[in-house]
Amino acid sequence: MTAKTDPSTHPLPEQVAEERIEIDLKDPVFAAFLAWLLPGLGHWYQGRTHKAVLFFVCILGTFIYGLYLGEGRVVYASWRDNDRRLPYLCQVGVGLPALPALIQAKRQTPIQVPLFNDRNFMAPPSVSDAHSGQDELDRLHKRLNHYWELGTVFTMIAGLLNILAIYDAWGGPAYATPAKREDDASDGDFEKEAKS
Amino acid sequence: MISLAPLLLATRIHDLWFALPLIVVVSLVYSATRHELPRPIAVGAVRMAAWISGFMLIGFAILFTVSSLL
Repeated sequence: MTAKTDPSTHPLPEQVAEERIEIDLKDPVFAAFLAWLLPGLGHWYQGRTHKAVLFFVCILGTFIYGLYLGEGRVVYASWRDNDRRLPYLCQVGVGLPALPALIQAKRQTPIQVPLFNDRNFMAPPSVSDAHSGQDELDRLHKRLNHYWELGTVFTMIAGLLNILAIYDAWGGPAYATPAKREDDASDGDFEKEAKS
Repeated sequence: MISLAPLLLATRIHDLWFALPLIVVVSLVYSATRHELPRPIAVGAVRMAAWISGFMLIGFAILFTVSSLL
């Protein structure tokens, strides 16, 4: 499948050159799945390497930086009554890098060994602590302070940006369509006159 | 009454640096979904970054003025 647009409605020479490029999207659905799995992978599969590198560096870099700010705790999956982690719905847009949170959520029982042998990484914080009577989530908020929010925002934005990248892998670039120039219209008139 | 807005701004100004990588990344990724070639992507990203920065500055100026007056 190839993405094509009508070049006649785009006046700037570089835009015209860009829009005359035929992009081989190969299997768009599979490319979109790969783009979700790892930012840039779908574009790499389509041979659009410069965009693949850009998406990989920008989106994954943002996600990892957010994770670093939140000490690996800001990405977690939880649907408990007193802790519904809605930001994870955005974070999971980044694909594979956010999926360990689902596994960690399943391995919360003391019998099961946590992923990467780390009980904290992407694990949902306990909301009731028998020792201090204080929630672990409260302690995290207190300790990390605004870095908790910043880490959450960075990882959420990474997930949301990857949704744009997924759409680009599926349908090609959504070129801007500026208004048709007057001289384009006059060219058309001139062509009509020449034919008559 | 002396406004605390400038004082609060001075203590939290370093937090604004966190917006910088986000502006760069959002501009680049958004522009990359609108163009295919590297040059138009870069031009679009610069334009987008200018829009976001301008919008943030206007919002910042309005909120700062309001908080200074209160």
